[in-house]
Amino acid sequence: MSYPDLEEMALFMRRKILDISHKCGMSTHLGGGLSMVEIMAVLYGRVLRFDPNNPRWEDRDRFILSKGHGVLGYYPALLASGIISEKVFQTFLTNGSDLIAHPVMNLDLGIESSNGSLGQGLSMAIGIALAGRKKGTPYKVYVLLGDGECNEGAVWEAVTLAAHLGLQNLVAVVDYNKLQSDGASRDILRVDNLAERFGVFGWHVHDVDGHDIDALVEAFEHPSANGKPTAIVGNTVKGKGVPFMENDNAWHHARLTKEAYEKAMAAIAGKVPVEA
Amino acid sequence: MMLEINSRNARQWMRLGSRGVFGQAVLAIAEEHLDLMVVSADLGNSSGLDRFKSTYPDRFLNTGIAEQNMVGVAAGLTKEGFNVFATSFSPFIAMRASEQIRMNLGYMGMNVKAVAIGSGIAMGYLGNSHFGIEDVAVMRSIPNITVVSPADCAEIVKTVSAAAAFKGPMYIRLTGTANNPIVYTEDYHFEIGKAIPLRDGADVAIVTCGTMVAQSLKAAEMLAERGIEASVLNMHTLKPLDTAALDAIASQASAIVTVEEHSVIGGLGSAVAEYMAPKRDKPRHLLIGIKDIFVKTGDYGYMLEREGLVGPAICQKIGGFLGA
Repeated sequence: MSYPDLEEMALFMRRKILDISHKCGMSTHLGGGLSMVEIMAVLYGRVLRFDPNNPRWEDRDRFILSKGHGVLGYYPALLASGIISEKVFQTFLTNGSDLIAHPVMNLDLGIESSNGSLGQGLSMAIGIALAGRKKGTPYKVYVLLGDGECNEGAVWEAVTLAAHLGLQNLVAVVDYNKLQSDGASRDILRVDNLAERFGVFGWHVHDVDGHDIDALVEAFEHPSANGKPTAIVGNTVKGKGVPFMENDNAWHHARLTKEAYEKAMAAIAGKVPVEA
Repeated sequence: MMLEINSRNARQWMRLGSRGVFGQAVLAIAEEHLDLMVVSADLGNSSGLDRFKSTYPDRFLNTGIAEQNMVGVAAGLTKEGFNVFATSFSPFIAMRASEQIRMNLGYMGMNVKAVAIGSGIAMGYLGNSHFGIEDVAVMRSIPNITVVSPADCAEIVKTVSAAAAFKGPMYIRLTGTANNPIVYTEDYHFEIGKAIPLRDGADVAIVTCGTMVAQSLKAAEMLAERGIEASVLNMHTLKPLDTAALDAIASQASAIVTVEEHSVIGGLGSAVAEYMAPKRDKPRHLLIGIKDIFVKTGDYGYMLEREGLVGPAICQKIGGFLGA
Protein backbone atom coordinates (compact mmCIF):
# COMPACT_ATOMS: atom_id res chain seq x y z
CA MET A 1 0.00 0.00 0.00
CA SER A 2 1.03 3.59 -0.44
CA TYR A 3 -0.73 6.75 0.60
CA PRO A 4 0.18 9.58 -1.76
CA ASP A 5 -2.49 11.80 -0.19
CA LEU A 6 -0.84 11.44 3.20
CA GLU A 7 2.62 12.03 1.75
CA GLU A 8 1.19 15.13 0.11
CA MET A 9 -0.36 16.23 3.39
CA ALA A 10 2.93 15.76 5.24
CA LEU A 11 4.71 17.86 2.66
CA PHE A 12 2.03 20.55 2.90
CA MET A 13 2.42 20.54 6.69
CA ARG A 14 6.19 20.92 6.50
CA ARG A 15 5.82 23.88 4.18
CA LYS A 16 3.32 25.44 6.54
CA ILE A 17 5.59 24.82 9.51
CA LEU A 18 8.46 26.62 7.84
CA ASP A 19 6.23 29.42 6.55
CA ILE A 20 4.62 30.21 9.84
CA SER A 21 7.75 29.75 11.86
CA HIS A 22 9.59 32.21 9.63
CA LYS A 23 6.67 34.62 9.45
CA CYS A 24 6.24 34.90 13.20
CA GLY A 25 9.87 35.98 13.52
CA MET A 26 10.29 34.29 16.88
CA SER A 27 11.92 31.18 18.19
CA THR A 28 9.62 28.20 17.77
CA HIS A 29 9.84 24.49 18.54
CA LEU A 30 10.86 23.47 15.03
CA GLY A 31 12.68 20.21 15.70
CA GLY A 32 9.88 18.49 17.61
CA GLY A 33 7.26 19.94 15.27
CA LEU A 34 8.95 18.46 12.23
CA SER A 35 9.51 15.06 13.84
CA MET A 36 5.78 14.51 14.40
CA VAL A 37 4.57 15.45 10.92
CA GLU A 38 3.90 11.96 9.52
CA ILE A 39 2.22 10.87 12.74
CA MET A 40 -0.11 13.87 12.56
CA ALA A 41 -0.73 13.47 8.83
CA VAL A 42 -1.79 9.88 9.33
CA LEU A 43 -3.96 10.80 12.31
CA TYR A 44 -5.72 13.78 10.72
CA GLY A 45 -5.60 12.51 7.17
CA ARG A 46 -6.88 9.02 7.80
CA VAL A 47 -7.37 7.77 11.33
CA LEU A 48 -9.32 10.34 13.35
CA ARG A 49 -13.06 10.60 12.88
CA PHE A 50 -14.15 14.23 12.96
CA ASP A 51 -16.40 16.68 11.16
CA PRO A 52 -14.51 19.82 10.15
CA ASN A 53 -17.83 21.67 10.01
CA ASN A 54 -18.78 20.56 13.50
CA PRO A 55 -15.69 20.23 15.68
CA ARG A 56 -17.94 19.64 18.71
CA TRP A 57 -19.52 16.51 17.20
CA GLU A 58 -20.19 14.29 20.21
CA ASP A 59 -18.84 11.10 18.64
CA ARG A 60 -15.64 12.65 17.27
CA ASP A 61 -12.38 10.98 18.16
CA ARG A 62 -10.47 13.02 20.70
CA PHE A 63 -6.87 14.07 20.15
CA ILE A 64 -4.70 15.45 22.96
CA LEU A 65 -1.31 16.98 22.23
CA SER A 66 0.39 16.07 25.47
CA LYS A 67 3.74 17.31 24.13
CA GLY A 68 2.18 20.74 24.02
CA HIS A 69 5.23 22.45 22.55
CA GLY A 70 4.54 20.46 19.35
CA VAL A 71 2.05 23.01 18.02
CA LEU A 72 4.04 23.47 14.80
CA GLY A 73 3.12 19.91 13.94
CA TYR A 74 -0.45 20.35 15.18
CA TYR A 75 -1.92 23.57 13.79
CA PRO A 76 -0.92 22.67 10.18
CA ALA A 77 -2.78 19.36 10.63
CA LEU A 78 -5.87 21.26 11.78
CA LEU A 79 -5.45 23.54 8.77
CA ALA A 80 -4.94 20.69 6.31
CA SER A 81 -8.06 18.95 7.55
CA GLY A 82 -10.24 22.04 7.29
CA ILE A 83 -10.87 22.44 11.02
CA ILE A 84 -9.15 25.82 11.18
CA SER A 85 -9.00 28.38 8.39
CA GLU A 86 -5.90 29.82 6.77
CA LYS A 87 -6.89 33.14 8.33
CA VAL A 88 -6.87 31.67 11.83
CA PHE A 89 -3.65 29.78 11.08
CA GLN A 90 -1.93 32.99 10.07
CA THR A 91 -2.58 34.49 13.52
CA PHE A 92 0.02 32.13 15.03
CA LEU A 93 2.01 33.92 17.73
CA THR A 94 0.37 37.29 17.19
CA ASN A 95 -1.08 39.30 20.05
CA GLY A 96 -4.44 37.98 21.19
CA SER A 97 -4.29 34.89 18.94
CA ASP A 98 -5.91 31.58 19.86
CA LEU A 99 -2.87 29.83 18.40
CA ILE A 100 0.08 30.34 20.68
CA ALA A 101 3.17 28.29 21.44
CA HIS A 102 1.19 25.69 23.40
CA PRO A 103 -2.38 24.54 22.74
CA VAL A 104 -5.17 26.44 24.46
CA MET A 105 -8.40 24.47 24.75
CA ASN A 106 -10.83 25.68 22.09
CA LEU A 107 -13.34 23.13 20.84
CA ASP A 108 -14.41 25.34 17.96
CA LEU A 109 -10.85 25.16 16.65
CA GLY A 110 -10.67 21.44 17.32
CA ILE A 111 -8.30 21.86 20.26
CA GLU A 112 -9.45 19.54 23.02
CA SER A 113 -7.22 20.65 25.84
CA SER A 114 -4.69 23.15 27.09
CA ASN A 115 -1.21 21.74 27.33
CA GLY A 116 2.36 22.89 27.68
CA SER A 117 3.06 21.45 31.08
CA LEU A 118 4.50 18.07 30.19
CA GLY A 119 3.23 14.80 31.54
CA GLN A 120 -0.43 15.69 31.91
CA GLY A 121 -2.16 14.82 28.64
CA LEU A 122 -2.31 11.08 29.09
CA SER A 123 -4.10 11.49 32.43
CA MET A 124 -6.84 13.58 30.87
CA ALA A 125 -7.02 11.17 27.95
CA ILE A 126 -7.67 8.34 30.41
CA GLY A 127 -10.56 10.29 31.94
CA ILE A 128 -12.01 10.95 28.48
CA ALA A 129 -11.60 7.32 27.42
CA LEU A 130 -13.17 6.05 30.63
CA ALA A 131 -16.07 8.48 30.22
CA GLY A 132 -16.60 7.26 26.66
CA ARG A 133 -16.70 3.66 27.82
CA LYS A 134 -19.13 4.48 30.63
CA LYS A 135 -21.42 6.45 28.32
CA GLY A 136 -21.14 3.92 25.52
CA THR A 137 -19.96 6.66 23.13
CA PRO A 138 -17.92 5.08 20.34
CA TYR A 139 -15.11 7.63 20.13
CA LYS A 140 -11.45 6.75 20.55
CA VAL A 141 -8.91 8.88 22.34
CA TYR A 142 -5.49 9.57 20.82
CA VAL A 143 -2.72 11.30 22.69
CA LEU A 144 0.71 12.28 21.43
CA LEU A 145 3.60 12.33 23.86
CA GLY A 146 7.23 13.20 23.42
CA ASP A 147 9.95 10.83 24.56
CA GLY A 148 11.49 13.61 26.64
CA GLU A 149 8.08 14.11 28.19
CA CYS A 150 8.19 10.49 29.32
CA ASN A 151 10.81 11.61 31.88
CA GLU A 152 7.82 12.87 33.89
CA GLY A 153 6.80 10.41 36.58
CA ALA A 154 3.13 11.22 36.20
CA VAL A 155 3.23 9.75 32.69
CA TRP A 156 3.95 6.37 34.24
CA GLU A 157 1.18 6.77 36.81
CA ALA A 158 -1.11 7.19 33.82
CA VAL A 159 0.46 4.37 31.78
CA THR A 160 -0.12 2.04 34.73
CA LEU A 161 -3.73 3.10 35.27
CA ALA A 162 -4.68 2.88 31.58
CA ALA A 163 -3.56 -0.75 31.51
CA HIS A 164 -5.28 -1.47 34.83
CA LEU A 165 -8.55 -0.07 33.48
CA GLY A 166 -8.17 -1.93 30.19
CA LEU A 167 -8.85 1.15 28.08
CA GLN A 168 -8.99 -0.35 24.63
CA ASN A 169 -10.33 2.94 23.25
CA LEU A 170 -7.09 4.72 24.16
CA VAL A 171 -4.09 5.07 21.84
CA ALA A 172 -0.90 6.78 22.97
CA VAL A 173 1.64 7.72 20.35
CA VAL A 174 5.18 8.63 21.28
CA ASP A 175 7.21 10.89 19.02
CA TYR A 176 10.47 9.15 19.90
CA ASN A 177 13.01 11.58 18.45
CA LYS A 178 15.64 10.89 21.13
CA LEU A 179 16.50 14.52 21.72
CA GLN A 180 15.19 16.86 24.36
CA SER A 181 15.74 20.45 25.41
CA ASP A 182 19.24 20.03 26.80
CA GLY A 183 20.51 17.46 24.38
CA ALA A 184 20.49 13.76 23.61
CA SER A 185 18.07 11.77 25.76
CA ARG A 186 20.65 9.02 26.22
CA ASP A 187 22.89 11.56 27.98
CA ILE A 188 20.14 13.19 30.04
CA LEU A 189 17.90 10.39 31.21
CA ARG A 190 18.55 7.26 29.29
CA VAL A 191 15.50 5.38 28.05
CA ASP A 192 16.49 3.14 25.17
CA ASN A 193 13.63 0.68 25.32
CA LEU A 194 10.49 2.79 25.30
CA ALA A 195 8.41 0.26 23.38
CA GLU A 196 9.47 -2.50 25.72
CA ARG A 197 8.52 -0.38 28.71
CA PHE A 198 4.99 0.19 27.44
CA GLY A 199 4.80 -3.54 26.81
CA VAL A 200 5.75 -4.55 30.32
CA PHE A 201 3.28 -1.99 31.67
CA GLY A 202 0.58 -4.00 29.93
CA TRP A 203 0.03 -2.12 26.70
CA HIS A 204 -0.40 -3.42 23.17
CA VAL A 205 2.64 -1.97 21.42
CA HIS A 206 3.70 -1.07 17.91
CA ASP A 207 7.32 -0.05 17.47
CA VAL A 208 7.55 1.64 14.08
CA ASP A 209 9.43 4.12 11.95
CA GLY A 210 7.52 7.28 12.78
CA HIS A 211 8.15 8.72 9.34
CA ASP A 212 7.01 5.63 7.44
CA ILE A 213 3.42 6.41 6.55
CA ASP A 214 2.65 2.82 5.54
CA ALA A 215 3.96 1.53 8.83
CA LEU A 216 2.04 4.15 10.81
CA VAL A 217 -1.21 3.38 9.00
CA GLU A 218 -0.64 -0.30 9.61
CA ALA A 219 -0.08 0.34 13.32
CA PHE A 220 -3.10 2.62 13.75
CA GLU A 221 -5.27 0.14 11.89
CA HIS A 222 -4.21 -2.69 14.16
CA PRO A 223 -4.90 -1.41 17.66
CA SER A 224 -5.38 -3.65 20.63
CA ALA A 225 -8.27 -6.09 20.36
CA ASN A 226 -7.82 -7.70 23.75
CA GLY A 227 -8.72 -4.96 26.22
CA LYS A 228 -5.33 -3.31 26.39
CA PRO A 229 -4.57 0.31 25.58
CA THR A 230 -2.41 0.74 22.49
CA ALA A 231 0.98 2.43 22.34
CA ILE A 232 2.53 3.37 19.03
CA VAL A 233 6.17 4.23 19.50
CA GLY A 234 7.16 6.19 16.43
CA ASN A 235 10.92 6.29 16.01
CA THR A 236 11.52 9.69 14.55
CA VAL A 237 14.22 12.18 13.67
CA LYS A 238 14.09 15.58 15.25
CA GLY A 239 13.93 18.24 12.54
CA LYS A 240 12.90 15.61 9.96
CA GLY A 241 12.64 16.75 6.38
CA VAL A 242 15.03 19.66 6.55
CA PRO A 243 18.48 18.14 6.20
CA PHE A 244 20.38 20.79 8.13
CA MET A 245 17.93 20.57 11.01
CA GLU A 246 17.84 16.79 11.31
CA ASN A 247 19.26 15.59 14.60
CA ASP A 248 20.65 19.06 15.29
CA ASN A 249 19.24 20.10 18.62
CA ALA A 250 20.06 23.74 17.94
CA TRP A 251 16.66 23.62 16.19
CA HIS A 252 14.81 22.47 19.31
CA HIS A 253 13.62 26.03 19.80
CA ALA A 254 15.07 28.49 17.36
CA ARG A 255 14.30 31.42 15.12
CA LEU A 256 14.11 30.71 11.41
CA THR A 257 15.99 33.52 9.68
CA LYS A 258 15.16 34.46 6.08
CA GLU A 259 18.28 32.72 4.86
CA ALA A 260 17.59 29.53 6.78
CA TYR A 261 13.96 29.62 5.73
CA GLU A 262 14.84 29.82 2.06
CA LYS A 263 17.37 27.04 2.39
CA ALA A 264 14.85 24.87 4.22
CA MET A 265 12.09 25.52 1.68
CA ALA A 266 14.44 24.64 -1.16
CA ALA A 267 15.27 21.36 0.54
CA ILE A 268 11.60 20.59 1.06
CA ALA A 269 10.73 21.49 -2.54
CA GLY A 270 12.96 18.72 -3.75
CA LYS A 271 10.77 16.15 -2.06
CA VAL A 272 8.25 14.82 -4.50
CA PRO A 273 5.34 12.86 -3.04
CA VAL A 274 5.42 9.16 -3.75
CA GLU A 275 3.19 8.25 -6.66
CA ALA A 276 0.33 5.84 -6.11
CA MET B 1 -31.68 13.80 49.04
CA MET B 2 -29.48 16.00 51.17
CA LEU B 3 -29.22 14.79 54.75
CA GLU B 4 -31.47 16.62 57.21
CA ILE B 5 -29.85 19.07 59.58
CA ASN B 6 -31.20 18.76 63.10
CA SER B 7 -29.67 18.49 66.53
CA ARG B 8 -29.83 14.70 66.60
CA ASN B 9 -28.02 14.34 63.30
CA ALA B 10 -25.58 17.08 64.26
CA ARG B 11 -24.58 15.11 67.36
CA GLN B 12 -24.21 11.90 65.36
CA TRP B 13 -22.13 13.63 62.73
CA MET B 14 -19.94 15.20 65.38
CA ARG B 15 -19.06 11.72 66.64
CA LEU B 16 -18.45 10.54 63.09
CA GLY B 17 -16.22 13.49 62.16
CA SER B 18 -15.74 15.44 58.97
CA ARG B 19 -14.51 12.74 56.64
CA GLY B 20 -17.21 10.25 57.63
CA VAL B 21 -19.84 12.93 57.11
CA PHE B 22 -18.31 13.84 53.76
CA GLY B 23 -18.75 10.21 52.70
CA GLN B 24 -22.36 10.15 53.92
CA ALA B 25 -23.14 13.44 52.23
CA VAL B 26 -21.83 12.28 48.86
CA LEU B 27 -23.71 9.00 49.20
CA ALA B 28 -26.92 10.86 50.07
CA ILE B 29 -26.93 12.95 46.89
CA ALA B 30 -25.74 10.23 44.51
CA GLU B 31 -29.26 9.37 43.34
CA GLU B 32 -30.17 12.93 42.43
CA HIS B 33 -26.86 13.48 40.62
CA LEU B 34 -26.55 10.48 38.36
CA ASP B 35 -23.49 12.00 36.68
CA LEU B 36 -21.63 12.15 39.97
CA MET B 37 -18.41 10.18 40.37
CA VAL B 38 -15.86 10.03 43.16
CA VAL B 39 -12.19 9.42 42.54
CA SER B 40 -9.58 8.73 45.17
CA ALA B 41 -5.87 8.00 45.22
CA ASP B 42 -6.12 4.96 47.46
CA LEU B 43 -7.62 6.82 50.39
CA GLY B 44 -11.24 5.84 49.79
CA ASN B 45 -11.72 4.12 53.12
CA SER B 46 -9.82 6.86 54.96
CA SER B 47 -12.05 9.43 53.31
CA GLY B 48 -15.32 7.92 54.51
CA LEU B 49 -16.10 6.58 51.06
CA ASP B 50 -16.37 2.83 51.74
CA ARG B 51 -20.17 2.86 51.56
CA PHE B 52 -20.19 4.98 48.42
CA LYS B 53 -17.74 2.54 46.88
CA SER B 54 -19.78 -0.54 47.74
CA THR B 55 -23.11 1.07 46.78
CA TYR B 56 -21.88 2.57 43.49
CA PRO B 57 -18.83 0.58 42.40
CA ASP B 58 -19.16 1.93 38.84
CA ARG B 59 -19.11 5.50 40.05
CA PHE B 60 -16.02 5.18 42.21
CA LEU B 61 -12.52 5.11 40.79
CA ASN B 62 -9.34 4.40 42.70
CA THR B 63 -6.39 5.63 40.66
CA GLY B 64 -3.85 4.10 43.00
CA ILE B 65 -1.46 6.24 44.99
CA ALA B 66 -1.01 8.72 42.18
CA GLU B 67 -2.64 12.07 42.92
CA GLN B 68 -1.27 13.92 39.91
CA ASN B 69 -2.76 11.36 37.57
CA MET B 70 -5.97 11.35 39.62
CA VAL B 71 -6.56 15.05 38.99
CA GLY B 72 -5.99 14.69 35.24
CA VAL B 73 -8.27 11.66 35.01
CA ALA B 74 -10.95 13.53 36.98
CA ALA B 75 -10.64 16.42 34.52
CA GLY B 76 -11.03 14.08 31.54
CA LEU B 77 -14.17 12.60 33.09
CA THR B 78 -15.69 16.03 33.71
CA LYS B 79 -14.79 17.11 30.19
CA GLU B 80 -17.15 14.40 28.98
CA GLY B 81 -19.95 15.36 31.32
CA PHE B 82 -19.29 13.61 34.61
CA ASN B 83 -19.52 15.53 37.87
CA VAL B 84 -16.41 14.45 39.73
CA PHE B 85 -15.31 14.77 43.34
CA ALA B 86 -11.57 14.03 43.56
CA THR B 87 -10.36 13.39 47.07
CA SER B 88 -7.18 12.95 49.00
CA PHE B 89 -5.50 14.27 52.10
CA SER B 90 -4.86 17.97 51.86
CA PRO B 91 -1.15 18.20 50.96
CA PHE B 92 -1.38 15.32 48.51
CA ILE B 93 -4.11 16.92 46.44
CA ALA B 94 -3.59 20.65 47.00
CA MET B 95 0.17 20.63 46.79
CA ARG B 96 1.48 17.45 45.19
CA ALA B 97 -1.07 17.79 42.42
CA SER B 98 -1.25 21.58 42.50
CA GLU B 99 0.08 22.01 39.00
CA GLN B 100 -2.38 19.48 37.65
CA ILE B 101 -5.08 21.46 39.47
CA ARG B 102 -3.70 24.65 37.96
CA MET B 103 -3.82 23.28 34.40
CA ASN B 104 -7.02 21.29 34.57
CA LEU B 105 -9.24 23.10 37.06
CA GLY B 106 -7.73 26.56 36.78
CA TYR B 107 -6.59 27.06 33.18
CA MET B 108 -9.16 24.80 31.54
CA GLY B 109 -11.87 25.41 34.14
CA MET B 110 -12.76 21.74 34.41
CA ASN B 111 -15.71 21.07 36.69
CA VAL B 112 -13.79 19.02 39.25
CA LYS B 113 -14.44 19.34 42.97
CA ALA B 114 -11.08 18.74 44.66
CA VAL B 115 -11.76 17.68 48.23
CA ALA B 116 -9.07 17.84 50.89
CA ILE B 117 -9.75 15.47 53.75
CA GLY B 118 -8.36 16.37 57.16
CA SER B 119 -6.82 19.69 56.26
CA GLY B 120 -5.36 22.03 58.85
CA ILE B 121 -3.68 20.08 61.61
CA ALA B 122 -6.45 17.53 62.17
CA MET B 123 -4.19 14.59 61.31
CA GLY B 124 -2.61 14.88 64.76
CA TYR B 125 0.20 12.43 65.37
CA LEU B 126 0.52 11.71 61.64
CA GLY B 127 2.47 14.93 61.64
CA ASN B 128 3.26 17.80 59.35
CA SER B 129 3.68 15.53 56.31
CA HIS B 130 -0.11 15.11 56.46
CA PHE B 131 -1.13 18.63 57.51
CA GLY B 132 -2.68 21.27 55.31
CA ILE B 133 -1.39 24.61 56.46
CA GLU B 134 -0.56 26.11 53.07
CA ASP B 135 -3.34 24.65 50.93
CA VAL B 136 -5.58 27.72 50.92
CA ALA B 137 -2.67 29.92 49.88
CA VAL B 138 -1.92 27.66 46.92
CA MET B 139 -5.50 27.01 45.81
CA ARG B 140 -6.66 30.58 46.31
CA SER B 141 -3.92 31.96 44.08
CA ILE B 142 -4.99 29.87 41.06
CA PRO B 143 -7.49 31.75 38.87
CA ASN B 144 -11.02 30.34 38.45
CA ILE B 145 -11.00 28.13 41.54
CA THR B 146 -13.66 28.56 44.19
CA VAL B 147 -12.41 27.73 47.67
CA VAL B 148 -14.79 26.57 50.40
CA SER B 149 -14.05 25.64 54.00
CA PRO B 150 -17.13 24.42 55.88
CA ALA B 151 -17.50 25.21 59.58
CA ASP B 152 -18.80 21.90 60.87
CA CYS B 153 -20.35 18.63 59.77
CA ALA B 154 -23.73 20.19 58.94
CA GLU B 155 -21.95 22.66 56.73
CA ILE B 156 -20.05 19.83 55.05
CA VAL B 157 -23.44 18.38 54.14
CA LYS B 158 -24.49 21.78 52.78
CA THR B 159 -21.22 22.24 50.91
CA VAL B 160 -21.27 18.82 49.25
CA SER B 161 -24.82 19.38 48.07
CA ALA B 162 -24.07 22.89 46.80
CA ALA B 163 -20.84 21.73 45.14
CA ALA B 164 -22.60 18.96 43.23
CA ALA B 165 -24.99 21.55 41.79
CA PHE B 166 -22.23 24.09 41.13
CA LYS B 167 -20.72 24.28 37.66
CA GLY B 168 -17.03 25.05 37.91
CA PRO B 169 -13.85 23.99 39.64
CA MET B 170 -13.78 24.05 43.40
CA TYR B 171 -11.44 23.25 46.25
CA ILE B 172 -13.25 22.01 49.33
CA ARG B 173 -11.21 22.09 52.49
CA LEU B 174 -12.41 19.81 55.27
CA THR B 175 -10.98 20.60 58.66
CA GLY B 176 -11.48 19.02 62.04
CA THR B 177 -11.91 15.50 63.20
CA ALA B 178 -14.43 13.57 65.28
CA ASN B 179 -15.90 15.43 68.25
CA ASN B 180 -15.29 18.88 66.91
CA PRO B 181 -17.77 21.43 68.29
CA ILE B 182 -21.11 21.80 66.53
CA VAL B 183 -22.03 25.13 64.95
CA TYR B 184 -25.32 24.30 63.24
CA THR B 185 -28.14 22.24 64.76
CA GLU B 186 -30.92 23.34 62.42
CA ASP B 187 -31.29 23.93 58.73
CA TYR B 188 -30.14 27.29 57.38
CA HIS B 189 -29.53 29.07 54.12
CA PHE B 190 -26.15 28.22 52.62
CA GLU B 191 -24.92 29.75 49.41
CA ILE B 192 -21.41 29.52 47.98
CA GLY B 193 -19.84 32.98 48.16
CA LYS B 194 -22.21 34.32 50.81
CA ALA B 195 -20.74 34.66 54.29
CA ILE B 196 -23.00 33.93 57.23
CA PRO B 197 -23.20 36.32 60.21
CA LEU B 198 -23.49 34.19 63.35
CA ARG B 199 -23.28 36.85 66.01
CA ASP B 200 -23.59 40.63 66.23
CA GLY B 201 -21.22 42.87 68.12
CA ALA B 202 -20.03 46.41 67.60
CA ASP B 203 -16.54 46.38 69.13
CA VAL B 204 -14.68 43.89 66.99
CA ALA B 205 -15.49 41.73 63.98
CA ILE B 206 -14.21 38.17 63.87
CA VAL B 207 -14.02 36.73 60.36
CA THR B 208 -13.37 33.02 60.37
CA CYS B 209 -13.93 29.69 58.65
CA GLY B 210 -13.67 25.94 59.16
CA THR B 211 -13.12 24.64 62.66
CA MET B 212 -12.27 28.12 63.88
CA VAL B 213 -15.90 29.21 63.54
CA ALA B 214 -16.86 27.31 66.70
CA GLN B 215 -13.73 28.48 68.51
CA SER B 216 -14.42 32.08 67.51
CA LEU B 217 -17.99 31.85 68.78
CA LYS B 218 -16.59 30.63 72.09
CA ALA B 219 -14.07 33.46 72.11
CA ALA B 220 -16.88 35.95 71.42
CA GLU B 221 -18.84 34.65 74.42
CA MET B 222 -15.80 35.06 76.62
CA LEU B 223 -15.16 38.53 75.28
CA ALA B 224 -18.76 39.45 76.08
CA GLU B 225 -18.10 38.50 79.70
CA ARG B 226 -15.34 41.09 79.61
CA GLY B 227 -17.67 43.66 78.12
CA ILE B 228 -16.37 43.40 74.56
CA GLU B 229 -18.98 42.78 71.90
CA ALA B 230 -17.62 40.74 68.99
CA SER B 231 -19.45 39.87 65.82
CA VAL B 232 -18.64 36.54 64.16
CA LEU B 233 -18.80 36.02 60.42
CA ASN B 234 -18.55 32.52 58.94
CA MET B 235 -16.60 33.16 55.74
CA HIS B 236 -17.06 29.59 54.51
CA THR B 237 -16.18 30.65 50.98
CA LEU B 238 -12.63 32.01 50.89
CA LYS B 239 -12.81 32.66 47.19
CA PRO B 240 -14.66 34.50 45.90
CA LEU B 241 -14.66 36.49 49.13
CA ASP B 242 -17.98 37.95 50.21
CA THR B 243 -16.77 41.52 49.88
CA ALA B 244 -20.21 42.98 50.62
CA ALA B 245 -20.05 41.35 54.05
CA LEU B 246 -16.54 42.75 54.53
CA ASP B 247 -17.71 46.22 53.46
CA ALA B 248 -20.44 46.06 56.07
CA ILE B 249 -17.87 45.19 58.72
CA ALA B 250 -15.44 47.85 57.59
CA SER B 251 -18.10 50.51 57.96
CA GLN B 252 -19.01 49.42 61.50
CA ALA B 253 -16.18 47.81 63.42
CA SER B 254 -12.95 49.48 64.43
CA ALA B 255 -11.07 46.18 64.43
CA ILE B 256 -11.13 42.98 62.42
CA VAL B 257 -9.72 39.67 63.57
CA THR B 258 -9.34 36.75 61.19
CA VAL B 259 -9.06 33.29 62.71
CA GLU B 260 -8.10 30.22 60.71
CA GLU B 261 -6.55 26.78 61.05
CA HIS B 262 -4.01 27.59 58.34
CA SER B 263 -0.78 29.49 58.05
CA VAL B 264 -1.18 33.21 58.59
CA ILE B 265 0.53 33.51 55.21
CA GLY B 266 -1.85 33.27 52.28
CA GLY B 267 -5.05 32.11 53.93
CA LEU B 268 -8.25 33.82 55.03
CA GLY B 269 -6.37 36.56 56.88
CA SER B 270 -4.38 37.39 53.78
CA ALA B 271 -7.49 37.34 51.61
CA VAL B 272 -9.25 39.80 53.93
CA ALA B 273 -6.15 41.98 54.18
CA GLU B 274 -5.78 42.05 50.39
CA TYR B 275 -9.32 43.30 50.08
CA MET B 276 -9.09 45.83 52.89
CA ALA B 277 -5.63 47.22 52.09
CA PRO B 278 -6.66 50.00 49.67
CA LYS B 279 -9.53 51.26 51.82
CA ARG B 280 -9.31 54.55 53.70
CA ASP B 281 -9.94 54.54 57.44
CA LYS B 282 -9.98 50.77 57.52
CA PRO B 283 -10.25 48.83 60.75
CA ARG B 284 -7.07 47.46 62.28
CA HIS B 285 -6.59 43.80 61.51
CA LEU B 286 -5.24 41.00 63.70
CA LEU B 287 -4.40 37.75 61.93
CA ILE B 288 -4.74 34.64 64.06
CA GLY B 289 -3.63 31.35 62.57
CA ILE B 290 -0.67 29.03 62.47
CA LYS B 291 2.51 31.04 62.55
CA ASP B 292 5.03 30.43 59.82
CA ILE B 293 6.16 27.12 61.33
CA PHE B 294 5.73 23.37 61.19
CA VAL B 295 3.96 22.80 64.44
CA LYS B 296 5.21 20.55 67.21
CA THR B 297 3.11 17.43 66.80
CA GLY B 298 0.78 15.86 69.31
CA ASP B 299 -2.90 15.07 69.39
CA TYR B 300 -5.20 17.52 67.64
CA GLY B 301 -6.42 19.16 70.84
CA TYR B 302 -2.89 19.57 72.16
CA MET B 303 -1.79 21.28 68.97
CA LEU B 304 -4.79 23.61 68.81
CA GLU B 305 -4.06 24.68 72.40
CA ARG B 306 -0.37 25.07 71.71
CA GLU B 307 -1.00 27.20 68.63
CA GLY B 308 -3.57 29.32 70.43
CA LEU B 309 -6.41 28.18 68.19
CA VAL B 310 -8.99 27.64 70.93
CA GLY B 311 -11.65 29.96 72.30
CA PRO B 312 -9.82 31.17 75.43
CA ALA B 313 -6.55 31.86 73.59
CA ILE B 314 -8.39 33.65 70.79
CA CYS B 315 -10.27 35.73 73.40
CA GLN B 316 -7.01 36.61 75.08
CA LYS B 317 -5.31 37.64 71.85
CA ILE B 318 -8.26 39.79 70.83
CA GLY B 319 -8.39 41.38 74.27
CA GLY B 320 -4.72 42.24 74.00
CA PHE B 321 -5.12 43.58 70.49
CA LEU B 322 -7.94 45.87 71.59
CA GLY B 323 -5.93 46.98 74.61
CA ALA B 324 -8.66 45.79 76.94
